[in-house]
Amino acid sequence: MAGKGRGIAAFTFNIEALGLSRGSMPETQRGPTPLFPQIEYKPGPLKAGEDEDYMRALKQEMRGRMKDLPFNIKPHAGKGDVERYKEKYTREIKRIEDDNWTPDWNYLPKELKPQKKIIRKKRDTKTNAKVSSKDKEELLNKLDALEKKGDVKSDDEEDEAKGLKKENDEEGEEEEIEGEFDEELEEENDYIANYFEDGDDYGGGSDDNMDEATY
Amino acid sequence: MTTEIPRYFLEMTAQEVRLCGLLLQEHFGDVVEKVGTHLIRSGVLTLRALAHETKLALDLVKKSLCVLVQHGMCTFGPGRRGPAGPVEYRINCERILHMLRYPRYIYTAKSLYGDTGELIIEEILQRGQMTMSSTVKTVADRLTHNMPEGQSMDYSEVVSAFSRLVETHFLQRCPPMASAGSSSSGAVDTSLPVVTQPAEPESNPECYKLPYINLTGQGKRRRSSEDGEDDQRAAKKAKTDNSQCGDEGIYWQVNFLRFHLHFRDQAIISAVSCKLDQTSSEIVRTMLRMSEVTTPAHAAFTQALSANEIFRSLPSNYNIARPILDQYLTLLVDDPMEFVGKTGDSGGGMYVVNLHRALANLARATLESVVQERFGSRSARIFRLLLRKRHLEQKQVEDFAMVPAKEAKDMLYTLLSENLVQLQEVPKTPDYAPSRTFYLYTVNQLPTARLLLQHCYKTIGNLIERRLYETKENKRLLEKSQRIEAILASLQATGAETAQLTEVEEMITAPERQQLESLRHHINKLDSSENQVDETIFLLESYINSTQASR
Repeated sequence: MAGKGRGIAAFTFNIEALGLSRGSMPETQRGPTPLFPQIEYKPGPLKAGEDEDYMRALKQEMRGRMKDLPFNIKPHAGKGDVERYKEKYTREIKRIEDDNWTPDWNYLPKELKPQKKIIRKKRDTKTNAKVSSKDKEELLNKLDALEKKGDVKSDDEEDEAKGLKKENDEEGEEEEIEGEFDEELEEENDYIANYFEDGDDYGGGSDDNMDEATY
Repeated sequence: MTTEIPRYFLEMTAQEVRLCGLLLQEHFGDVVEKVGTHLIRSGVLTLRALAHETKLALDLVKKSLCVLVQHGMCTFGPGRRGPAGPVEYRINCERILHMLRYPRYIYTAKSLYGDTGELIIEEILQRGQMTMSSTVKTVADRLTHNMPEGQSMDYSEVVSAFSRLVETHFLQRCPPMASAGSSSSGAVDTSLPVVTQPAEPESNPECYKLPYINLTGQGKRRRSSEDGEDDQRAAKKAKTDNSQCGDEGIYWQVNFLRFHLHFRDQAIISAVSCKLDQTSSEIVRTMLRMSEVTTPAHAAFTQALSANEIFRSLPSNYNIARPILDQYLTLLVDDPMEFVGKTGDSGGGMYVVNLHRALANLARATLESVVQERFGSRSARIFRLLLRKRHLEQKQVEDFAMVPAKEAKDMLYTLLSENLVQLQEVPKTPDYAPSRTFYLYTVNQLPTARLLLQHCYKTIGNLIERRLYETKENKRLLEKSQRIEAILASLQATGAETAQLTEVEEMITAPERQQLESLRHHINKLDSSENQVDETIFLLESYINSTQASR
């Protein structure tokens, strides 16, 4: 506190009132307090007992379990990542579930539903009529080819190809360009691609009965 | 019953935000953490704004929001522009912090309803919300898995445990949507909000009504990897078939408030037992049990119970004579902790349990204990003095606490610098002249409790970060250990020889084993500490909430 006396620290109040004297003032701070200050009194021991041990075990188990549930959302992993050998075994042991969780869409805003991107293109109706049937042939051939290959992504594309067919049947004016379509979908459904290891579990179970959209 | 101001309308402190972030990351990963933390900081946001500001892919943000809503940690509703505008999302921080207490909820369910109750609560906590039928099936499977070969858990047993949890209000139905569905007339516009924000669960009259479900059978045993493929496929087929059990669309969630009331009662009973004796605590336990259903959640005291009623309701193994009961009740009423109060004389005397008073006393005891452990018993004496006497001058503190002047000063300044004690000026003259002003030391319980609560949040944040650090430092070793465990497990399943197993076990060297052991020990300690700090958080939060509710 700046006082009248030059260079002499003077207080505006009577320090005697607080029971202080010049000499007994605590030292001024010279900087921030240390990060790990010395503690005068050691902390008491943790409570230890059956209850505490059990709850700690519960905590640790839950932590491990939550990592394996589909609620643990992973950022888009690099595609073409080879599955490590150990993963087959860790999956077994940890009971990792399908990343396939479908919420009940009745209880969520519609905007949160994943959207299938459809690229619309305007075309001649005449040309389309012919192209449609040709497309169908192509699609059927592609489906066959993919089935034979037993490709990882085949199920994915099967689904989409089937969806395509339906769309083509209903609305002749739209056409999917398969190349681009793949990419768009890969992005959307990267999540799905991760767990289609052997195609066995295609359309695998979800907790709810909602089969409207699968993640 | 007074309505509480929902906590998420109030500002979250930096420590709370940090802790919520750590908890989200631990349970749901980095993506959900990023979305959640941003939403906490911003308050309310639309989907587009959220995606734009977090710079995350839209589908990831959508998934994150679904996860958060599923777990009751995020609510949505019509935004500022009304029902026609975009939906706005809001985080419920309090719900996120409840994740710290999951072990306690699960353990309580175990102590009340056995292993079945334990697993039911565990499954529902992990998944946020579930239908009764899927809970029953999952829990039956899990229990069957732990049973000896050939035995299995019947669904009906699980159903009965579930029913008891609902009857005692530990489980409740998720609040239904205010208006079902939206205009699904084929309109492509997908941004129409479905409904308004779901109401309080208890405003639904069917909140605790059990649905009739058509479900018979037993839990299925999960087999080891060999036949695993077939069985798993069959199990999954069964799951997808998911024959309509009759309760589709009816979801159940854990009723945290009910658990908290239970914890509060436990704390009161245990405090009475410590302060007085076992019999007194049994009497209080009886009183609380009798008024369980009739006392609203935020009431300051239970309904009045007559001594006659209490006498009749005492547990049968407690054989105390009627006059003895009266003596005990008098003792309880006279005790300075004021757990029990007398409100009338009819029926042999009307008594209530002073819930809010009890919480305030428990909080006070916590504060005093903290001061004692950190600053020693004499500082604690000064602290207690100030709590009771409200305002004291320097000299008075020295005299009443019987501490020499110099030391009293030091202690007071330490407490002052820690903000546990405040200085108040009371002027004698209108000019606030320092020489003619009283300087009084004071302690205010409520703000001090809030301060301590923030310390607790910070502490748990630190504990978690330390645990993450320890795990990261030993990542290589942990991964190696996991790999070896996995190999051992699969070898055992395929019936390998002991020699082979030993060979694999020896891939971890002795010093590595020691390091792993030490790591496990540290992590156990950190985890236990988290649980213990959470107990303090519960007490302080309960006390602080009780003061707000009674305003």
